[in-house]
Amino acid sequence: MDLLEYQGKQLFGKHGLAVSDGKAVTTVEDAVAAANEVGYPVVVKAQVLIGGRGKAGGVKLAANEDEAREHATNILGLDIKGHVTRTLWIEHASDIDTEYYASVLLDRSAKKPLVMFSTEGGIDIEEVAEKTPEKLIKFHADPLTGLTKEEAIKIATDGGADADVIEGVADALVALYEVWIEEDASLAEINPLIVTPDREVKALDAKVSLDDNAEFRHPEREGLGDSANADPIEEKAKEQGVVYVKLDGNIGILGNGAGLVMSTLDVVAQHGGEPANFLDAGGGSDAAKVKQAVELILSNENVKAVLFNIFGGITRCNEVANGLIAAFEDLKPEVPFVVRLDGTNDVQGREILEAAALPNVYAAKTMDGAAEQVVALAQSSTGQEN
Amino acid sequence: MSILVDNDTRLAVAGITGREGSFHTLNNRAYGTNVVGGVNPKKAGEDVEGIPVFGDWKETVAATQANAAMIFVPPPFAAQSALEAAEAGVELVVIITEGIPAHDELKLYNQVRRDFPATRIIGPNCPGILSPGKANIGIIPASFFKEGNVGVVSRSGTLTYQIGNELAQKGFGNSTIVGIGGDPVPGSSFIDIIELFEADDQTDLIVMSGEIGGSAEEEAAAYIAANVSKPVVAYIAGFTAPEGKQMGHAGAIVSGSAGTAKAKAEALEAAGIRVGRTPTQTAEIAMELIGAPA
Repeated sequence: MDLLEYQGKQLFGKHGLAVSDGKAVTTVEDAVAAANEVGYPVVVKAQVLIGGRGKAGGVKLAANEDEAREHATNILGLDIKGHVTRTLWIEHASDIDTEYYASVLLDRSAKKPLVMFSTEGGIDIEEVAEKTPEKLIKFHADPLTGLTKEEAIKIATDGGADADVIEGVADALVALYEVWIEEDASLAEINPLIVTPDREVKALDAKVSLDDNAEFRHPEREGLGDSANADPIEEKAKEQGVVYVKLDGNIGILGNGAGLVMSTLDVVAQHGGEPANFLDAGGGSDAAKVKQAVELILSNENVKAVLFNIFGGITRCNEVANGLIAAFEDLKPEVPFVVRLDGTNDVQGREILEAAALPNVYAAKTMDGAAEQVVALAQSSTGQEN
Repeated sequence: MSILVDNDTRLAVAGITGREGSFHTLNNRAYGTNVVGGVNPKKAGEDVEGIPVFGDWKETVAATQANAAMIFVPPPFAAQSALEAAEAGVELVVIITEGIPAHDELKLYNQVRRDFPATRIIGPNCPGILSPGKANIGIIPASFFKEGNVGVVSRSGTLTYQIGNELAQKGFGNSTIVGIGGDPVPGSSFIDIIELFEADDQTDLIVMSGEIGGSAEEEAAAYIAANVSKPVVAYIAGFTAPEGKQMGHAGAIVSGSAGTAKAKAEALEAAGIRVGRTPTQTAEIAMELIGAPA
């Protein structure tokens, strides 16, 4: 789960990282009240999960109440690359002397936490890594012992932090590591980490991603993220315990197992089709779960044809067939289905489907053949025949 | 020979009394795997269809000389159980459980390496290991596979079955099929398993099935080019995956410009490894490389 800036800052504050006082609001009136409370000048910041907010006009400085009102009015509802701004973060503007960069993430290749620091803050860090890699310090922490203060001081020193703030930067790095470990984050990033004219070290922005698999030990996470901009079908799928990712095409896809579904999307694309979704019905799907999944797929109105690609291991093909029949009874879909059943109880599954003689359901023998057929059906229904 | 599991495997299972755990344990036993025990602190002294249940891993190993562990316990406890198995001296720990926090995997990996370097971990979030005709640890539907000379290593379960089935239709059998799992910190990587296949007499061809996320495929490409004499064919899933979206597996995510299927396929091809565009084509390339099986 990706956190909005203000949610990340709240986690930072919890672990002793300095952040500016501020408030999250959803209306212009509350924005003005918050601005009056934190004291001018304030920064009005759009809370959306996408980079480039400043360029899009989503971050503005306000010197007084009139300006705060004007900016809040303009930014609330602002569409930033498809993300509509529903929440503003109002914080007291900071004086900036220097901008640094700091982050902690999982280095999957080294299988260690990676702590990064640079004095080149406030700009795209991938650019720093590419053009001036010597200015980006990378340090692998030991996940069994954590990041020590001594290590953090060395990182800050090697990175070229100003001598009088090395201590402050090191404290920030240790706190950021603590955020990463204790909150089960996959990424905790501060860009920029600023030094004020008073030589205070402070997080001016926050980018935090949390590991969904650790949700069970973080009940406090409830309600975090940007639910206002989440896809409604993806949200519903999550509630049902199904992995669904919405895509831009018109061919609905259901498969079992993440790898097989990814592969199915690819094979459909190779035949000239455009998948409408990723849906992993999971191992051991029963008929009820299959029916639910069909409902999810069809709730995307772009869907012109549906492909079932099942290779049964734990999943039994007869259950999948029964689920499809139940879905047809209930939902009476108008789009064609291509169904490929292989693996456990495949013969039985195919017989069940054949006997049911569902309208507009085509059995396919192979994954390639199924993909080809569903692409043709989707294209003929949209009138773009080849 | 096969790799990792064979007729000398003595398997014990944590989570043996659960619904999934008992079902698959008994399937493994029915296949011929020597299942010697199970672990459940609350059900010590009981048995599952004749398989004795012990209170912890130390007791299990002392009583049964188990040399392989299968972990089926729920995500909050799985990494701890795996660590205890390693501590008890089990040399092969296969973690089937899906949904383990990445930090638990990270700590487990580093601690086992530091304190119990003789133990090899496979998974988490994997279908297990099958050496056809010898032993099966996990949830791979063994009936689709027969003994042969193709080694398979994969990050995905069902995709393994798909590719395995395509190979089987061309008459190929398998030395061993290893699912290394779809999580961000797998206990064993492609390189670890490919190294074993390279040394295995029974294996003439290696099939590796990768997917988006991380850089394990790129690292494997460099390793194969430098160290592997046997033919290798690869498949990569996730060309159509959008950036920043987790595609089912916790580890299957393109972050920024990193971890794309295209970059992986290109790295493999640049190292001289052929990459099938589809599972079917992957099997066809296998056929071209070593010819039709006898």
